[in-house]
Amino acid sequence: MELRDFTIKSLRQKIEAREVKAVDVCRAALARAERLSDLNAFITLVRDRALGQAAEIDLAADVGRTLPPLAGAIIAVKDNMVIRSVRTTAGSRILFNYKPPYTATVIERLEAAGAIIIGKTNCDEFAMGSSNENSAYGPVKNPWDTKRVPGGSSGGSAVAVSTGMALVALGSDTGGSIRQPASLTGVVGFKPTYGRVSRYGLIAFGSSLDQIGPFANSVEDVALVLSIIGGHDPNDSTSSDAPMDDYLAATKRDVRGLRVGVPRQYYGAGLDAEVRASVESAINKLEELGAVIVEVSLPHTEYAVPVYYLIATAEASSNLARFDGVRYGFRAEEVESLKSMYSRTREQGFGGEVKLRIMLGTYALSAGYYDAYYGKAQKVRSLIEQDFRDAFESCDVIATPTSPTPAFRLGEKTSDPLEMYLSDIYTITANLAGAPGVSLPCGFSSAGLPIGLQLIARRFDEATLIRAASNIEQALGLDTKPPVISQA
Amino acid sequence: MPITRTDVEKIAELARLELTAEETESFTIQLASILNHIDKLNELDTSNVEPMSHCSTATGDIDYARRDDRARPSLGQSIAVENAPDQESGFFKVPKVIGG
Repeated sequence: MELRDFTIKSLRQKIEAREVKAVDVCRAALARAERLSDLNAFITLVRDRALGQAAEIDLAADVGRTLPPLAGAIIAVKDNMVIRSVRTTAGSRILFNYKPPYTATVIERLEAAGAIIIGKTNCDEFAMGSSNENSAYGPVKNPWDTKRVPGGSSGGSAVAVSTGMALVALGSDTGGSIRQPASLTGVVGFKPTYGRVSRYGLIAFGSSLDQIGPFANSVEDVALVLSIIGGHDPNDSTSSDAPMDDYLAATKRDVRGLRVGVPRQYYGAGLDAEVRASVESAINKLEELGAVIVEVSLPHTEYAVPVYYLIATAEASSNLARFDGVRYGFRAEEVESLKSMYSRTREQGFGGEVKLRIMLGTYALSAGYYDAYYGKAQKVRSLIEQDFRDAFESCDVIATPTSPTPAFRLGEKTSDPLEMYLSDIYTITANLAGAPGVSLPCGFSSAGLPIGLQLIARRFDEATLIRAASNIEQALGLDTKPPVISQA
Repeated sequence: MPITRTDVEKIAELARLELTAEETESFTIQLASILNHIDKLNELDTSNVEPMSHCSTATGDIDYARRDDRARPSLGQSIAVENAPDQESGFFKVPKVIGG
């Protein structure tokens, strides 16, 4: 049984018709996760819990009840979203034994829709990273070449979907952490508009930037999951009551007359030639389908990385202050005072990249530097947001590469943090502007590594992203199954 | 003025991080490099720009989420201390606070 051969709809239909049992699908997914455990995609598998959920779906099918929309869909969840009583680590040692007392809203909605959670996926610690090399639980490997990174910070989720360990996965995206690993592993990865999906139960990194979003192997599955997890949540004061569109219907619309903006700042130096060729070819496909290509400009793009690394780290320094050994997680022993308990707990519990970012954020907010750094970054953020507003006067969707290169090697960028940060250059702007973005596969490099196309739309216009992405996906008809899944 | 080792020690204190000597050394270098790149922002004149402190709502107006001031069910004490490394009678237990 090959999970990659199912979509959410086809699986549900087969279970309802009793051609397939949810329990068998669940077992197959768990077996795949175990067989490919070297990829290190999961931190925790919840075998019994998942089989229990699957059995309930099968029971409902047996008695002829109408099944909920996501019935039987195997889902993997990034380990920075809480599930009651299920170990949640955020990829960190400081939460090595944390069993949350509550469940994230998105998980509750998925489970109410019949989804089966099989486990928590590996990620960069507290979602800080672009390669999944910053996890306290070891790096995740790219299934297309295990000497390469899958991207980050939601590397485990991307790999789970790419290899058929799960039909769908949830990730979080603060500076590209869904879109970039999607690009590097050949799956669809979607970051909703800021406020579209509740953050209740997401362990916060950058509160004005974070969004939860789905990974899947098809745009249709992404649209279905979005329709379930999105929408206002009274438990998240930043969640919006803007109405949800019919995302599934958007997959059926054509792109005639759709204005596609191509910003020259995303096609300059540093962009790999094969990535450029693949992305341009996909944009040409859109034109063949009736879309209109326009040149646009996002003039403040070159300032996005510094703005992001001030705002995100400042917010992170505040959000991570709660990890102090008092109420949960790791606590340093043999301490002389409360203060040294805090300092030693955090020193031993946090990894290097997390500590570096906390330091940078603390500095940016400290007395005497606040206006020059954090205050300045907020102002330039306004300029970046304005760039998008201006661009959307003349286009409806913006098309760019997701990542300047295909997947790089493990260890290649770990010696210079700045080099790693600069690889986020194309994805960061959408988080700063609060705009929705998607990455979908558009081709392969000559070394056989996936390449992703990124589309960005106006805030709350996920429907246009889904519409455009769906058309490209069908026109390209790519086979995105990594060779490793067919090997014994 | 580039960030100094003393600056790094002060920030580590604020952030409650007991850094090793090696970390203090390497962070001083890495932070200096990052801050040098961040200096780029000073190329821009933002004297007439409003800071963007959060993403506004779909309609563009900034409306703060509100609810009635009514007590709702919460975790409860025993669940709330479930994960504590050390607890007693529903209280979190920590080392004695000495001095300031």
